[in-house]
Amino acid sequence: MSIEISRVTTAPAPRGSFLRANPSVLWFMGLLGLFTLGVTILSEGFGIGAISTNLVKILGMTLCLCLIAIAMDVVWGYCGILSLGHFAFFGLGGYAIGMWLMYARTEIVIRDSLGRGTIPPTELEVAEGVAAQIFGVVGSSELPLIWSFAGSLPFQLAMVVLVPGLLALVFGWLAFRSRVTGVYLSILTQAMTLALALYLFQNDTGLRGNNGLSGLQNIPGYQHVPQSVISMWFFWASAVALGAGYLLFAWVVSGKFGSVIRAIRDNEARVRFLGYNVEGYKLFVFTITAVISGIAGALYYPQAGIINPAEIAPIASIYLAVWVAIGGRGRLYGAVIGAASVSLLSSWLTGGGAPNIDLGLFRIVWTDWWLVFLGLGFVAVTLFFPKGMGGLFDYLVRKKP
Amino acid sequence: MLRLLPCIAFMIALILVAPLRASAQSDTPLQDVLQTVQPLVASPSRGTVPEMLAALITADAPGTVAFLRAWSDREVYERPEDGFFFFAREGADRNLVLIDIDSGAEAGTASSRDVNQIRPNAGVRREVNAALVQFELLNPNPARRLAALDSIARSPDAEQIEALEIALEAEEDSAIAVRMQRLLDLLNARFATDTATRVDAIDGLRGDISTEARRALNQILQTQSGFGEAVPEGTNVARLRVPGDDMPLIAAYAVLSDAGLAPARPGRNAIRDVLRANVVDGTVGGIPVHQLDNDEARRAAYLALEQAGTVAPLVTTADMEAAVAQYVFYDAYLEADPAVTQAARDALDSTRTRISIWQFVGISIDALSLASIFFLAAIGLAITFGVMRVINMAHGEFIMMGAYTGYVVQTVIPDYTVSLVVALPLAFLVTFAAGVLMERLVIRHLYTRPLETLLATFGISIALQQLAKNIFGTQARPLTAPDWLAGAIQVNDLVSVASIRVAIFAMAIGFLLLLLYILNRTRLGLEVRAVTQNPGMAASMGINPDRINMLTFGLGSGIAGVAGVSIGLVAQVTSEMGANYIVQSFMTVVVGGVGSVFGTLAGATLIGFLQKGIEWFNPANTLAAQTYMVLFIILFIQFRPKGIVALKGRAAGD
Repeated sequence: MSIEISRVTTAPAPRGSFLRANPSVLWFMGLLGLFTLGVTILSEGFGIGAISTNLVKILGMTLCLCLIAIAMDVVWGYCGILSLGHFAFFGLGGYAIGMWLMYARTEIVIRDSLGRGTIPPTELEVAEGVAAQIFGVVGSSELPLIWSFAGSLPFQLAMVVLVPGLLALVFGWLAFRSRVTGVYLSILTQAMTLALALYLFQNDTGLRGNNGLSGLQNIPGYQHVPQSVISMWFFWASAVALGAGYLLFAWVVSGKFGSVIRAIRDNEARVRFLGYNVEGYKLFVFTITAVISGIAGALYYPQAGIINPAEIAPIASIYLAVWVAIGGRGRLYGAVIGAASVSLLSSWLTGGGAPNIDLGLFRIVWTDWWLVFLGLGFVAVTLFFPKGMGGLFDYLVRKKP
Repeated sequence: MLRLLPCIAFMIALILVAPLRASAQSDTPLQDVLQTVQPLVASPSRGTVPEMLAALITADAPGTVAFLRAWSDREVYERPEDGFFFFAREGADRNLVLIDIDSGAEAGTASSRDVNQIRPNAGVRREVNAALVQFELLNPNPARRLAALDSIARSPDAEQIEALEIALEAEEDSAIAVRMQRLLDLLNARFATDTATRVDAIDGLRGDISTEARRALNQILQTQSGFGEAVPEGTNVARLRVPGDDMPLIAAYAVLSDAGLAPARPGRNAIRDVLRANVVDGTVGGIPVHQLDNDEARRAAYLALEQAGTVAPLVTTADMEAAVAQYVFYDAYLEADPAVTQAARDALDSTRTRISIWQFVGISIDALSLASIFFLAAIGLAITFGVMRVINMAHGEFIMMGAYTGYVVQTVIPDYTVSLVVALPLAFLVTFAAGVLMERLVIRHLYTRPLETLLATFGISIALQQLAKNIFGTQARPLTAPDWLAGAIQVNDLVSVASIRVAIFAMAIGFLLLLLYILNRTRLGLEVRAVTQNPGMAASMGINPDRINMLTFGLGSGIAGVAGVSIGLVAQVTSEMGANYIVQSFMTVVVGGVGSVFGTLAGATLIGFLQKGIEWFNPANTLAAQTYMVLFIILFIQFRPKGIVALKGRAAGD
């Protein structure tokens, strides 16, 4: 097993040998396939039922988090842009699909209840009923403009890609054009996600304020299908998305394009002097990672069942950076390892599932102390293991010339 | 009104003779007096009140006013066996503890069945209250007179005019006389009987921006909508309303149909209900039910029913227009006298400009106060981030640490003033130490990797936050300001400033000056500037950059701690309070311009004024203001990436 993708000095691979140059991709695909197969066999919906539906959902959500983590790794670990706003794109993807889920399901319910009357409802009555049902909670009964096409699945699916993509394109164009770099860019992206979260927190912006969108686990038209089956559908979809995303990003960061963006990370000015359009490269990376983040969010929130503006608060994006840093920047599987291990450990320890440790004088209650250890552990990783957990693989293959 | 006169006369007499009266009396002067008019007190009626008041007021025993208040509030009890009066409070076993009305001492217990509660009726109470107001208005103590004026202003009433006029005659204090005159104007404007007095009084209120004056004027200008075939004689019309133009046609028609002057117009829901009620064999008016899923089909079905004569006719737009055209719709003042409403409108218009100027002043003061909080939160960051280029995500947690230090000191030292004086330097020391420790252990190793300091300090930030949560719990802890900072400075009814905000403003100015002094006038400041500009050269000049970095970081953190104490006084102390300020603080520093104290000042001022300014357009929505402010900052950084105060030349670094 050889790890080549993180070296700047990698010679351009001969045509058609992308997989041979990146053996980690095959390894990853194999492991992901085995994992998916294993979960399927153990699941309640399609297998022996050793894994609860709830756990399947958690695993599926973790796969989505891994997907946004590799996006973050590309934009930060490869291109050197420490974006503290990628969870905004994740959330926007979730909102876009959530609007359809909520609208379509409410419409079915309303049609059902109105249809019981002697006279069939008019379209207007249905629309008013849906609006009152969805927005009653924020004291409104009118459908905001942005919900005009919420009943159309293709439109909302397009929004999953277009809204994060366009936001990233406009924001990135503005930021890169005026040469905002380094820490300033981090703060600017943080401001962007803060502004978005504050905007969504308002009741009158048409996305139900801090109530968010809920009931997303119910798929319109498939009410009769049990959650144990639906959860597996989303698990497979997440696994496929992660696999495809991994392949896409592995391909993006290999070859000439990958070399250029790594060069931008290491010395932006020099790349510019060599005649490359640095802004274009950065904008491309920023936008495509935003789009993938949006897709990850669109798969994540139907499994979580609820989305609200707190999800895209600046802290979420910082945690994303933490996962990638702990897993190891500059290698895609590192991001996956970091996101999976930290988020799973986090939900295990804060969920109260872990046994507390009695030290005689002092008792470590994990729900209280986990964040303290995570924080300090993170400091230690930054100080002593800048390569993160993924760096351990270097020891495995060090002997190889 | 006239029946009050005897009481008033008695009271004036009483005040004049009071100092002459001998004080040698029994231990229970009030009880003695009350016993002389026992039947009148025990079973009051409106006719007997003047006599009772006269007796009480002539005797003027101590506590008379308090007794009368309690009496009219039904808090006085009579003991039937001897006819004595007592106050009472709830005791054990639903018994009442009787309280002597003279000494306030307990005088035994009684079952509530053994004593009679005295219940003066509403008429008696009104009379007594009016007499009490009058009594207070003539009180020799100016504070009591002012309090009486306030209570009149709170519940204005036509009957008080006479009392006020009498009191105004006798008033010697000019300030109180002015206030009385104004109150008299307010009452006259609303309650006087002849037009000339009212218009005069209203003219006296011109340019008066106080809430009570404007409320009185607005009350005069209250309107009620009405309609008729023509405007009735003697109606003081505020404006005519044209249906279809400044009044929706449907609303105008609804007014008519509500009044029974036109057939009700069936709305969409009504049509549906009618159709539902007329389903015959799966069709309505010949149209199958399953086709009724659009408005046209429903209308057609309804028209079919109408032609069959089973339902009321559909009202068309033309019908509504025809019906509405026969009537005039208008808003009329409740006040019938046009001269009075005209004067009131003029008086209100005259205040408009002054009100907006004062509102602007008020918003500016709010903005300044917000700016000083932003400045305090950000100035420590301006040092660590601006001077050392170290992103300290744990800065917010240093603010929190300072606030918790203040809280702990307050639990040890109960006196709020002393504890504040102790807490400020202690918070500085605690966070200074924490800052130095963090610099030595973590940041020192990451000077070449600025993005990684961001991550490492974020790790410290979540650890500290959780640690605070473990120690102090999740609920907010109070950090109480001393009494002398608790009030507010009331400029007028529109503008008031909380004293604590003034103190924070002063503190922000103090820190600005202190920092400027340290950076520009001390050895340490010189060395800090040298290390900032060129660490290598500074080191070769004999400056120890390690030590300077350590001290600078400690200074920035220490200031965060002090800021924490002051922010804790206005906001709540929670483990998350720092996180609420950190993003805004970074933006303040970046907008202002990195590496400059004045830049931070400019940034804080800009952000404070911007936020309050946006809030002004949409007062109910602070979130919107914050959103637009952040958007503005993002755009601002596009055009001035180096901030308002951009360093030039080599000091600008990269």
